[in-house]
Amino acid sequence: MTDNISERLAHLEPLPGPYFGEYGGRFSPEPLVAALDELTAAWEEAKRDPAFRLELDDLHRSYTGRPSIITEVKRFAEHAGGARILLKREDLNHTGSHKINNVLGQALLTKRIGKSRVIAETGAGQHGVATATAAALFGLDCVIYMGEVDTERQALNVARMRLLGAEVVPVTAGSRTLKDAINEAMRDWVTNVGTTNYVFGTVAGPHPFPAMVRDLQRIIGDEARDQVLELVGRLPDAVAACVGGGSNAMGIFTAFLDDPEVRLFGFEAAGEGVDTPRHAATITKGRPGVLHGARSYLLQDEDGQTLESHSISAGLDYPGVGPEHAWLADIGRATYRPVTDAAAMSALRLLSRTEGIIPAIESSHALAGALELGRELGPEAVILVNLSGRGDKDMTTAGHYFDLLDRGAEQV
Amino acid sequence: MSAQGSAPSTGATSVAAVLAERRDAGTGALVGYLPVGFPDLATSIDAAVALVENGVDVLELGLPYSDPVMDGPVIQAATQQALANGFRLRHAFEAVRGVRERVDAPVLLMTYWNPVVQYGVERFADDLRDAGGAGVITPDLIPDEAGDWLAASERTGLDRVFLAAPSSSDARLARAVEVSRGFVYAVSTMGITGARSDVDRAARGLVDRLRAAGAENACVGLGISTAEQVREVLEYADGAIVGSALVAALAEGGVSAAGATAARLAEGTRPGSASAL
Repeated sequence: MTDNISERLAHLEPLPGPYFGEYGGRFSPEPLVAALDELTAAWEEAKRDPAFRLELDDLHRSYTGRPSIITEVKRFAEHAGGARILLKREDLNHTGSHKINNVLGQALLTKRIGKSRVIAETGAGQHGVATATAAALFGLDCVIYMGEVDTERQALNVARMRLLGAEVVPVTAGSRTLKDAINEAMRDWVTNVGTTNYVFGTVAGPHPFPAMVRDLQRIIGDEARDQVLELVGRLPDAVAACVGGGSNAMGIFTAFLDDPEVRLFGFEAAGEGVDTPRHAATITKGRPGVLHGARSYLLQDEDGQTLESHSISAGLDYPGVGPEHAWLADIGRATYRPVTDAAAMSALRLLSRTEGIIPAIESSHALAGALELGRELGPEAVILVNLSGRGDKDMTTAGHYFDLLDRGAEQV
Repeated sequence: MSAQGSAPSTGATSVAAVLAERRDAGTGALVGYLPVGFPDLATSIDAAVALVENGVDVLELGLPYSDPVMDGPVIQAATQQALANGFRLRHAFEAVRGVRERVDAPVLLMTYWNPVVQYGVERFADDLRDAGGAGVITPDLIPDEAGDWLAASERTGLDRVFLAAPSSSDARLARAVEVSRGFVYAVSTMGITGARSDVDRAARGLVDRLRAAGAENACVGLGISTAEQVREVLEYADGAIVGSALVAALAEGGVSAAGATAARLAEGTRPGSASAL
């Protein structure tokens, strides 16, 4: 049934990479190519190895808490024109987000290729926490690179990673956010590639990362497709997910790619508005270029210098996007829309108050998008939303945003 | 327009010719790197000229980029400052032209790939050739993704320098040798730019493998900061590439300090002293 990962991994039909149309590829320094080749070969072999599949399957059942449930949110949906809204509860996974799906697979792969140290970048800290968790579980050395700006706005996640035994390195270069953390992790990898595996957190970066991370995240949509069929008796009209790099979105989209009646919507961070410079709406406002090893859409100036992005959510604050999303946007299979900080925060509060579920600010972009879709599609519509993470990590931001903190508590 | 067009460049000052000349002289070449626009455009041109006047044989001018994954802290800080001071792509061509008007050494641009893509690969090649540039070093463009650039460099006659690493397979080294022109950039160690006390033994093995793959010219870079290291590298390579040490000197002591550092490094290119055997 829905919890059999082995069966699902057996038909990985989406594009294997390195190219998704004109996007993707490997724009990486030559010293990394051997490691990328090694990883590509190891993944091709592992995903066909029944023993590997069984081990990952078992870990997801006994450690991650899969399959994650579906929750229908009727009180929330009253604000969406009465459409039925179903949440795929990735927030209930161990460590609190979808990131663990990817990380456990890559950690197993690290052991398989005989390396003893993992590194990762993190924005919101969700991927860093997931990687630190897997490293603890498997006894791997772990270093997490995190932009200095993000270590400040996600201080609790920094503490979590350190408690789990990881070293957290604040990155002070460039804009001091996720993109710079990726640069620094790449530099570490180039230097320590003999002992180190780079556990990349999203469907961006050089091949094989976009395809491999998608393969590991597609369990979200594979489970959800069966669950929605069972609950509703038909496929959803629309699937909604937030898009930063885009791993939770590819994770839930992939199962529906060949269901033309299911419309796919990615919601990008519009920050203070796409008509201001302070946003992270890469597909909406960017143009094709090369960043972090792949050709895709990116926010850049006329000279090809990467622009600083902005989002109230650290996890979406990234000026690039995975190449498969760029391709899905170009061919029209998925639609990408911007959601402002204000709309996301409003959806965050609405879900909290109507359903008792506090979502991550990242996922709140998808919720805001779903409210909009519900009003467009009408009361007969069924909308599946990937609730990619929980909001505990965002309490400082939300506390300030909604003025919920007593004066004495401001320091916390 | 031909490569000899309005530019002062001629075949006699091509990268390959300079490397051959230095090899025939029984030594090897010193390749010096500085970023364009650091600390400002005019000073970066003056500093590049000072390098040549103090014994640098081939210049490598770096194009500041927002996400320089192959660069260590010294070059990152310098290129970030250049960007903050208003560096624009057109300044790279102005710098090449400015340097070539004053000295005869060949000038390569080192650039991450996205700025070239956004400028237009063909247009970039034309403008670099017209400015008198010799070619381009591409740290994050591997031959596998370089179709556009191979065509543009073929048409314009520009050199194209690809990287080779100790971890590269024999097949990849053969491909790097096949498509590179000017020289192959042998990455001395697994890492990023920045001074190191020991230039990795891996460099010697890598250059041997490149020779076996048919490389005529191989220059070694990453981690070289002293005349002693230059001398050691030139025992087996055609050129020694120095970057961070020169950038640090320019940052700390200005053009004269950069020139003085180049002069010290150039001592490593002269035959006769100690460890030749």
